[in-house]
Amino acid sequence: MNSLEVSNLKIGDDATGRALVRNSSFLVEPGSCTAIVGESGSGKSLTCRAILRLNPAGLRQSGSIALGGVDLTKLSEREMRKIRGRRLCLIVQNGMRAFDPSSVVGVHLRETLNRHFGWSRAEMTARMGKAMESVRLKDPVAVMNSFPHQLSGGMLQRIMIALALVLEPDIVVADEPTTALDTVSQYEVVEQFASLRARIGCSMIFVSHDLGVVRRLADEILVMRDGEIVESGPTRKIFSEPRHAYTRHLISAKEALNRRFNHVMGGDDVVDR
Amino acid sequence: MGAYIVRRALIAIPLLAMISFAAFVFQHLSPLDPAEVVLHSQGVPKITDELIAETRAELGMDRPFLIRYLDWLVSCLQLDFGKSYVANQPVWSLLGPALLNTLKLTLVSVAAILALSVALGVACALKAGRWLDKSIRGLSFVLTSAPSYWLAALMVWYFSVKLDLLPTSGMDSARSYVLPVAVIAIGYAGIYFRVIRSSMLGNLNEDYVLYGRACGLPESTLVRRVLKNSLQVAISIFGMAIPTILGSTVVVENLFAWPGLGTLSVRSVLSRDFPVIQAYVLVLAAAFVLFNAVSDIASAAVNPKLRNDL
Ligand SMILES: Nc1ncnc2c1ncn2[C@@H]1O[C@H](COP(=O)(O)OP(=O)(O)O)[C@@H](O)[C@H]1O
Ligand SMILES: [Mg+2]
Repeated sequence: MNSLEVSNLKIGDDATGRALVRNSSFLVEPGSCTAIVGESGSGKSLTCRAILRLNPAGLRQSGSIALGGVDLTKLSEREMRKIRGRRLCLIVQNGMRAFDPSSVVGVHLRETLNRHFGWSRAEMTARMGKAMESVRLKDPVAVMNSFPHQLSGGMLQRIMIALALVLEPDIVVADEPTTALDTVSQYEVVEQFASLRARIGCSMIFVSHDLGVVRRLADEILVMRDGEIVESGPTRKIFSEPRHAYTRHLISAKEALNRRFNHVMGGDDVVDR
Repeated sequence: MGAYIVRRALIAIPLLAMISFAAFVFQHLSPLDPAEVVLHSQGVPKITDELIAETRAELGMDRPFLIRYLDWLVSCLQLDFGKSYVANQPVWSLLGPALLNTLKLTLVSVAAILALSVALGVACALKAGRWLDKSIRGLSFVLTSAPSYWLAALMVWYFSVKLDLLPTSGMDSARSYVLPVAVIAIGYAGIYFRVIRSSMLGNLNEDYVLYGRACGLPESTLVRRVLKNSLQVAISIFGMAIPTILGSTVVVENLFAWPGLGTLSVRSVLSRDFPVIQAYVLVLAAAFVLFNAVSDIASAAVNPKLRNDL
C-alpha cells in the first residue's frame, strides 16, 4: 500500500479570485485513516475532489498530490482515469444521488469493474455478490437489479463500500458518507467503513461532522476552517488537548450534546460510541 | 410496465368522451342553422321555412339531443363523420387523405426536430459558455423569434426562386418536404434544444456524474447516461409537441399549399362546412390525447420512477 502526500494544495475560484483552500499539506500514512472535520463551506469537499482531480474546470488548483511517490497533478487525464476507482475510490455523501437514476445499480458496478479488470460478467457478479454480502446486503442479485430509488440511502452507501472492497484501492476518500443517513444506518455504515479498512488494508480520508464517528475511525485529524487547516494531529491528542480555539469549540459542543443526551436518557456518565 | 400502459390508456377514454361531447355541443351553439348552410351551399335560389324543416329532418336534427350525440359518436367511431355540406361527399374521404398528409409532414418534422435538438443540445451543453454554445444560441434566438411566414418567404425566395433547387408548393416528391419541414423544425428545435441543453447541464452537476468519474468511467459513458436522463424531460415535451405541431401546421401548410389538415380546415372554416370542422376538431383533440398517452408511456419506459405514479 502507498501513502498519500498532499503538499501546498491551493484552490481558488477563477471567476471571483477567491481563495477556497489556502495552503493545505498533510500526509496519509499507508493503512491509516485521516479525518477532516470542520463546518460546512470550509473546503473539505474541495480537498477531497482535488485529490481525484475532479474539481470543476472553473477552479484553479496548485500544489502536489503524491500517491506512492507519483505526483497525480502531473499525470495525463487518461492516466488519471486509470487511477480513479482502481487506486483512489471516492464515496460520496448522498447514496440516493450517486447512481444513475434510470439504470439498475448493477449497470454502474459492471461498467466500473469492466474498466479496471478483464473479468467475465459471471465473475464480476460473483465478486460483487460476495462483497455485498460482507457489507450485510442480503440478496445481492436482487439489489444489483434494483433501481436506486428502490433502495435506501444506507444500502446505496454500502453498495459503494462493497464496490470499493472489490476494487481494493490504495486510498478510500469518503466525503461525509454518513451525513444523509438516519442514526441506525449511520452506525452500520461506520462499522462497514472500519471493516473495509481492516479487510483491504487501504488508507482512508474520512470527512465528517460527527466527532463520535471520527473518534471511532480516525488515527489523525485535520481541522479545517475557511479553507485552512487550523489544527492537525493524532486523534487522541486532538481530543485531549485541543490547541486551537475552534477545535475546542467543536469538542465542547460535542460534549455538551453528549451530556444532554445522557441526561435525557437517564445516564450519568459521558459515554462515547 | 404493462399495468402502467393499461392504466394510462384507461385515463384517455373519459377524456376522449368529454372532448367528443364538447365538440358536438359547440356545433349546436353556432348561430347558423346547418340546414340553411346546406341549402345555401347547394345553391337553392329561394329558401323557405318548409324547405328548411325538410332539410332538418333529412339531417336527422329533429330527434332528441342525447340520441343524436350517441348516434353521431357511434358513427364517428366508424370514421363516418357524415357528409360534407359543401363537397357533397363523406367527410372522411376529405379528412382521411388530408390527415395522412399532415401526419407525414408532422412525423418528418418531429424527426428533424429531434435530431436537431439532440445534436445542438448536446453540443451546447458540452461546450457550455464557449463560443460554439454562444453562437448556436444566438443564431437560434434570431431564427425562432422570426415569424414562420417570414422565414418561409425568405427560404422560398432563396432556395426556390434564386437557386431554383426546391419546389415552392404541393407534395410531389421528397424534395417537397424540405422547405415546410425546415420552417417547422427551425421554430421548434430552437426551443427544444434549449430544454435538452439545460437539462443536460443540470444532470452534469449531479452526484452520479461525479461518482461515475471517480470510478474511472470515461466521459463518453457519462455523457450517454446524462443524455438518457435529460431526454426524459425532453420526451414528455416532445410527446406534447407532436399534436401541437399537428395543429400548428395550418400556417405552413397554407403557405406551401400542402394538401393536409391545415389547408382543409381553413377552407372549411371559410365555407362554414360544419361536419368537416367538427371532425377536424375531433381528430386533432383525439391526437392530443393519444400522443399525450404515448409520451407518458415513453417517459415511463425511460424513467422507472414514473411507473408508480398512476
Ligand atoms: N465550483 C465552485 N465554484 C466556486 N466556489 C465553490 C465551488 N465549489 C465550492 N465552492 C466554495 O468553496 C467553499 C468550500 O466548499 P466545500 O469544499 O464544498 O465545503 P465543505 O467543507 O462543506 O465540503 C464554499 O464556500 C463554496 O461556496
Ligand atoms: Mg462538503
